[in-house]
Order: sequence, then structure tokens, then C-alpha cells
Amino acid sequence: MLWETILLALREIRRSVLRSSLTILGIVIGVAAVITMVTLGKGATAKVTSDISKLGSNLLQVRPGQGFGRGGMRSTAVLFKMDDAAAIDREISGLAAVAPGASKGTQAIYGNQNWSTTVTGTTSAFLQTRDWTLDSGETFTTGDERAGRAVCILGSTVRDKLFGKQDPLGATIRLGKISFKVIGVLTSKGQSSFGTDQDDLVLTPLRAFQRRIAGNTDVSVIYVSARDGVSTEKVKQDIERLMRERRHITAGKEDDFNVRDMQEIVSTLTGTTRVLTALLGAVAAVSLLVGGIGIMNIMLVSVTERTREIGTRLAIGALEREVLMQFLVEAVVLSSFGGLVGITLGLAAASLGARVLSVPFIFDPTIVVIAFLFSAAVGVLFGYAPARKAARLDPIEALRYE
Amino acid sequence: MNKTNSTHTGNGPLIELKGVTKVYGTGLAAMRALQGVDLCIDPGEFLAVMGPSGSGKSTCMNILGCLDTPTSGTYLFEGIEVGNLSRDQRALLRRHYLGFVFQGYNLLNRTSALENVELPLIYRGTPARERGARALQALEAVGLKGWETHTPGELSGGQQQRVAIARAIVTGPVALFADEPTGNLDSARGREIMKLLTALNRERGITVVMVTHEPDMAAFAKRTIRFFDGLIDSEEQRGIA
Repeated sequence: MLWETILLALREIRRSVLRSSLTILGIVIGVAAVITMVTLGKGATAKVTSDISKLGSNLLQVRPGQGFGRGGMRSTAVLFKMDDAAAIDREISGLAAVAPGASKGTQAIYGNQNWSTTVTGTTSAFLQTRDWTLDSGETFTTGDERAGRAVCILGSTVRDKLFGKQDPLGATIRLGKISFKVIGVLTSKGQSSFGTDQDDLVLTPLRAFQRRIAGNTDVSVIYVSARDGVSTEKVKQDIERLMRERRHITAGKEDDFNVRDMQEIVSTLTGTTRVLTALLGAVAAVSLLVGGIGIMNIMLVSVTERTREIGTRLAIGALEREVLMQFLVEAVVLSSFGGLVGITLGLAAASLGARVLSVPFIFDPTIVVIAFLFSAAVGVLFGYAPARKAARLDPIEALRYE
Repeated sequence: MNKTNSTHTGNGPLIELKGVTKVYGTGLAAMRALQGVDLCIDPGEFLAVMGPSGSGKSTCMNILGCLDTPTSGTYLFEGIEVGNLSRDQRALLRRHYLGFVFQGYNLLNRTSALENVELPLIYRGTPARERGARALQALEAVGLKGWETHTPGELSGGQQQRVAIARAIVTGPVALFADEPTGNLDSARGREIMKLLTALNRERGITVVMVTHEPDMAAFAKRTIRFFDGLIDSEEQRGIA
């Protein structure tokens, strides 16, 4: 009987193709929007995760101030000194590299070209901790670092802006008011997933940066890279213990610094994209709801229009529940069909969007199934009232209806 | 419902109304459509129901067709008290024992004649193959062989009413209720329909109860009753023509 009812519903839908298509339009758009949003959202999350893991999953960052938490960072915390980095390097086992860092936005000038960039004072270990490689030239020598010589390594963007196609090696550029000799160029990393240019930087020995650019001896961040196979969690705990000791934090008091590994950063960022995806999905779900109301509207019109037909069916001997079933099935068939069309359109739009936004296209069968079930549920929910209206009709009145 | 056949003695009336009243509304606004109707219809009868509009004939037809229940009095269909049946039970009674023909045909639009005739069989749960065969037979019986695939829009009024009659008889009903079946047709088409109903009544023994305004059409029936002010005013028996 159910199969019969579905066939009957299909026949009914075929009888008025235009109206049926208009009826499901809302559902189609709603489902397509949900599918597109969620699929693209998943793609973006995947891209952020993979981008960050490219930075090295065994990387830790030690920064003064408290971590991301309620209330944000505490800005009054004492900055690190070079000794802190040295102490970490010396006293904690299982580390591959430790690099102190301090940065400042500075004008880089060569000839008549000038470019506003970020200068980071650090050591050659920085390259290892941040996964940088040299495109040409060489990194700082121990001598450069000890003496704080005025040498620098350019990011590829800065090289392009200042030198164009010329070879920058051996040239002297000005960073702020001081001249630095270019000894190397970094291999390009391209844009980060947040659209910032990772290649827009200049590296100098930390001492040179502190003395000639910053004018102090502060270190704002220490990059630590653990050796392969060493638990970053253990390294993190070791660093925390060491830094509490060095910064004289008594037991029971909160840290005035934070050690974060990439896992945390990844989860923070993917959390953000997930929230955005959920929000967009929710907006799309509202359009699905509107689509459902559209179905109800058309079904109500259809019931009124087919009053005589319903009267005939009742007179012939259709039971109340059979008429209810007929209209309910019709609504569900309509809305599920709309769901299928919407899923197809949504996946097509998502694959197109994924290409345009250069995020991976991730097909998620779960969301497809959910979208389909949801659209069918919309049919049941919004088809029920009209179906009940039809089933409750008085056959005598219905037969007399003009 | 299986009891029906056993309770029916064969000699007793198919339909028996005893003191049936029907009141619409309550209090001062109450409208007494039927004021105590007594009526017996034997199996195989062809009864014409006449009377001016508002006389109660339609109300009586609705009660006879189990579409409505009396306010008071009893209606026995093959010995079953219809007034005690639920809405769904009455629907099942109609499904298995009754056929309906309406003035406005009431066929499904944009649906072929064959599918229209199959409709009551669908509700009976007849398997698809048997359904098609029986619907074809019924269409043949009303003289519409070859018109199966036509939709109501492609058929004349007389043909549409034939499809409706085919739909009413496809289940092999005990009784057929026709509410002004010729009301929308010219007299020639009307007579054709009446001949068809007469043939069905004679050859298949289907009890026919028909409401009509036209004495010409009522003349086809063996018995005619006239309603006036909610009561049967007169009754006239005709010898078998």
C-alpha cells in the first residue's frame, strides 16, 4: 500500500510539473546552501590544519604573558632575555633547536626602492625551528651572531620588492637607519591560510637587531623545536618548570608566560573555522525552513484545489489515514526530491567554490545523508497540517465544493 | 464486515430506514432536513428519488450512501445499524458494497480513464495486474472500449459520466447511488446513461438509487418516491417495462 501511495504521489506530482518544481525550489536552495557551506567549511578547516602542520608539528613557542584565555593576553609580563633561550637550550633535553626572536616593523631601503616589512632578530636555529630553507646564499655564522654583525637574510617578497630580478647577495640595504649586508635569501613559502604573506620578512642576528634596531635586549618569543620522537607535551612541561624557576614564580601563582605547541594553535584555529562553518550552516538551515513553509503553503493550496477529488476518494471508501498518508507522502516525495536536487547542486557549487578559493573539496557523506533526511523531515513536518486538513474533510461538503 | 452476507436473508430488504430524522444546527437555528422517514429498498430495485430542492432528498441520499448518519431513527444496511458505525467503518462499507455516480462526474483531472476506474480497486488493495484487467472490463461494459488512455478533458460529458459509472461498478457493488447522473447532460446523452443504469440493474442485479429532477429519467425506474418538507410525500410503483 505504501508503494502504491508513493506511485500515486509521483503521478500527482507529474500532473503538475511546474507547480511541483516551484514548490521544491525553496528546499533545493536551502539544501544546496547547507551542502555548499559545510563542504567549503570543511575544506577550509582542512587547509588551515595542513598549512599549520607544515610549520612543524614538533614546534613550541614560548611567549611572555598569559596564553589565549578568557581576558586575553596579559601585556605587563616581563619579556625574555637571551639567557632564557640559552637556559632552555642548555637545561632541557630532547631539543633539536632553540631560537630566540624579537621583531619590529621597519622600512627596508635599497637604492630608490623601499618596502615596509618586519625585521626579526634571531639565530640561524630559527630556520630549523620554523622550517625555512635558503634559496641562495648562507645563514648567519656563530661569529655573526656573537658579534651582532650587520648582515641579513631576505624573505623572497622583500627580495622581489627591493631587487626585482637583480641578485641581492652581497648588496647592502638599509633597515631603518642602519646598513645591513644581504647574505642569503629564503625559499618562498607563499601565503598562509589567513592570507598573510609569509615571505614578507627580513632576518638579522639577534644582537644586531637588539643593538641597532630595537635599542634594547628583549626577546619576545623563543621558538623551540623538539627532536623527532620526543613528546612535545613533556618538553612543554619541562620548559614551564624551568621558566617558573627563572622568573621566580612561587607555587600557586599563575604563569606570566605561556608555552604553546602547534596542536593547540591548530585546535584554536580549526575551532574558529568550525564556528564559522556552523554559523553559515545555520543561516542556510533557515532557508531550508523557509523552503519547508513554501511546501506547506503549496500543499494547503493543493488541498483546497483538490477538495472535490478528496471528496470523491472519501466517498469511494478511502479511509481518513489513507488520505492523510497520500498527502503526507506527496509532501515527503516532493521535499526529498528537492533535497536530492539540492544535494547535487550543492556539491557542484562546493566543488566549484573549492577550486576558486583553492581549498580542498572534501565530500562528506554524513552531511549529505543528514541534508537528505532533514529535507524529508521538512516534508513530514510541513506536509502534516495540509494532509490532516485533507483527511478531515467532510465528504459531503467536499463533493459539493466548487 | 464479513457478517453482512450471513445476516442478509435474501428475502429481507437491503436498506431499511425507520423514523430517520436529520437536524442541522442546534437551538433556534436548527434545520430539520428529514422529519422521520421510513423507507425500504429491496435488493435489485431501481428507485428514483424526486422532490424540489430543500425537500430532504439529498440529505436522505447522503444517509443512504453512508456518507452521513441520521440524527435519530435507524438505518439498517443489510441488517447493519449504520448509525453506530464510525467514520472509518462507514468508509469501509462504501468501499466494499457501494458505488457512487455524481452529477459533476468527479473524475480526477489529467488522469486517464483507465486510472480513474482503477481508483476504487487501489483502495481495496487489488493487485495491479488484476486491477487493469477489471478496469478494462468495466470500461467495456459502459461502451468505452478504446478510450482507456483518454483523460477527462478529452472526453465528452456523456463519456465522462460513463467513466464515472465504470468506476462505480468496477468493484461489483451491491448498491449504486446516483446523484442527478443526467443533470449535466442533454436528454439524448441522459437517456443513454439511463439505459446503461437500467441494464446494470437488470443484468447484474445491482440495486440503483437515483436522485433526479427530470420525470423522463425517473420513468426508467421501477419505483419513484417524492420528497416534500423532509418527508416522503408520495410513492409510485411502475410495472416492469
